[in-house]
Amino acid sequence: MRHPALWRLGITAAVVLALEGLCRSGVISAFTMIAPSQMVVALAGMILHADWFWADARYTFENVGAAIVLSAVPGFVLGLVIHALPRLRRVLNPVLLSYYSVPTFVFYPLLIVIFGINQLSLIVMGAMFGVVAMISSTLTAIDRIPTVYGKVARVLRMDRSATALRIVLPAATPHLFTGLKLAVAYSVIGVIAGEFILATAGLGRRLSLSFNEFDNATMYGLIVLIFIVVAVINSGLQRWEARIYRRWYRS
Amino acid sequence: MKQRWSDYLILVLALTVLWQLAYQLAGPDAITPPLQTVERLGQLVRQEGFWEHARATGLAFACAAVLALVGGLVIGTAIGSSSAAREILSPILETLYSIPKIVLYPVILLIFGLGISAKIAFGAIHGFFPVALFAIGAIRNIRPVLLRTGRVLRLPRLSLARHILVPATLPEIVTGLRIGFSTTLLGTLIGELFASSQGLGFMLVRAMDNHNVPDIMALTLLLFLIATGANSVILAIEHRVHAHGR
Amino acid sequence: MSADVHVTLNAVTRVYPAHSGHGEVHALGPIDFSLRRGEFVGVVGPSGCGKSTLLETVAGLALPSTGTVTFEGRPVDNQVPEGVGVVFQEDATFPWLTVRDNVAFGLQRAGIDGAEIARRVDEAIAFMGLNAFRRAYPSQLSGGMRQRVCIARTLVLRPRLILLDEPFGALDQQTRLLMGEELLRLWRETGATVMLITHALDEAAMLSDRVAVMSSRPGRFIAVLETHWPRERDSRIVAEPGFGLFTSRLWELIRDESKKALGIT
Repeated sequence: MRHPALWRLGITAAVVLALEGLCRSGVISAFTMIAPSQMVVALAGMILHADWFWADARYTFENVGAAIVLSAVPGFVLGLVIHALPRLRRVLNPVLLSYYSVPTFVFYPLLIVIFGINQLSLIVMGAMFGVVAMISSTLTAIDRIPTVYGKVARVLRMDRSATALRIVLPAATPHLFTGLKLAVAYSVIGVIAGEFILATAGLGRRLSLSFNEFDNATMYGLIVLIFIVVAVINSGLQRWEARIYRRWYRS
Repeated sequence: MKQRWSDYLILVLALTVLWQLAYQLAGPDAITPPLQTVERLGQLVRQEGFWEHARATGLAFACAAVLALVGGLVIGTAIGSSSAAREILSPILETLYSIPKIVLYPVILLIFGLGISAKIAFGAIHGFFPVALFAIGAIRNIRPVLLRTGRVLRLPRLSLARHILVPATLPEIVTGLRIGFSTTLLGTLIGELFASSQGLGFMLVRAMDNHNVPDIMALTLLLFLIATGANSVILAIEHRVHAHGR
Repeated sequence: MSADVHVTLNAVTRVYPAHSGHGEVHALGPIDFSLRRGEFVGVVGPSGCGKSTLLETVAGLALPSTGTVTFEGRPVDNQVPEGVGVVFQEDATFPWLTVRDNVAFGLQRAGIDGAEIARRVDEAIAFMGLNAFRRAYPSQLSGGMRQRVCIARTLVLRPRLILLDEPFGALDQQTRLLMGEELLRLWRETGATVMLITHALDEAAMLSDRVAVMSSRPGRFIAVLETHWPRERDSRIVAEPGFGLFTSRLWELIRDESKKALGIT
């Protein structure tokens, strides 16, 4: 198969064009969805003209950025700790597995009580959502580390923290990407859902407002923006991951 | 990994203790303590109308699950069986999977309106991707030596599928089904939060609007129990399948 | 004589305790044995007899259930003593480091300064013939070369005791013979005491000063044979008349044990 990327581009373009046609011709009413070209125009308009855009965007991205860090790092460390204590891992297993089945944002009121209605709550919401994915990924990643590495660490008389930093972390890294990608996705969801609910500031709030005011242009513009940002981050992570896989596992 | 009963017990005890502590810290405006929550749940379950709500949720979930699991399997195996299709389409699927579906909620509401079809749509789009992606992965990861063995034995296609392809892919597919199952459940509940006047999710959002903390806690506990229960059952099945797969 | 003794094993056994449906497993021993300083000892035995368990116990990677292991006069407990190097059967190279960094890995904490590290690493890399691959990643190397990297990584630490657990198990026969020669060269250069676990009788016969033959599980030493080979030997020793006799003697001793291990009557 030559040039799968070109094919992908082609298919995406075809889908977008089809949508464009359906919207313009009225088969899909403007009340439901506006044409892709209009979405892009709306987005451009927002970025260039809306007085609220940069403030809200920066607010959301700050929150998401902090949430990603706050879920990835503690997630990895907790994963290390839980892996080292098999009893703890067995006890926590049901929680780890069921975590994403339950709408955890029911705990948002609790968070608000503890942290107040502010950015910290949102960041914690985002982090809370992503951290378990990171923990699970870390556990799986460490499971997959060849046992011989642990023996090498003991032969070289390395202490626990040296082993964690110089062997476990690099050895687990390829598999950690899965967790990282999930942490990114969940942090975005957690923050935006929080902004929906808390409605203080941010792009989530704008999304909610524009939906309630039937402002489809703004709404779809924002949706396209979030799509693009997440796709770019993910594609960056994917390419980094592929590079590592190529160098480490080429054979 | 073998789960022992004592582990579950420890977990339940620990969670209950933490719960009680959280109550001490945060007060009745944010949390209801364990005992009262269980009592409240008992009351709710006996309330009239409760079972209608539960049925509504169940119905929506069942439809969404069928769509997500069957659709995911069919499309996943179709794509997975052709390496060309896989190379082209699976990155697209992965990107769609990673995009927070939350941004699509307004779109779904606009398309389906408020009501059960929106809920089913929510559930289905959540569950579809993991099932499809795991199916693609399962087929991709079939060890080539198994396929070669099948060719050497000159198995007819149906036999090949039944004796080699299905057992080889089953473990990973079952994992995908499990994840798809729980995400469909989550999606359906979220759908009810936004799009419905019926169902357990709706009861929850009503409680949240009224800041009715005991109800929020009771319903959350119920949902947690349902989700964990269903998950554990599927997990047990998954372990069996994986054990055979070795 | 005691100054000559490098490692001793006294009544060493390994017993795995009973758990969840399985009874107690008597995996090894009792073993009584000593290694003389600077000698090359091979250990052969049927599969499952506990050869790897033996090596782990000597290395300090595991505690014996009964008995003691001493290294340079001091008891070995649940820790690998300083001065012991181990080469494993599995590929233990770190894929995220270049060959050079892999080899340097163990040195980076020993409080040795950068220049000395560079010197030792260059030495070991040259010794193992890896100069052309300093900046390559393990994924670009063959299995044999990766094992050479692992050996180089062990070398830089100047171990006085080198333990090898079927290090050439994953390699083809010709590569094995050549790697065996490299091992002999290494042994002569470093003057270390070497214990090599292998299932290949000809390999043990060719490389060792003494070969210990293990029984099927629970593994005990049923015989220890001296080869009397000169120190300056290489793979061409297989042409010696005594070689064939020695190897067939080994097989005579092992054959029945192997059948037992495989369940053939």
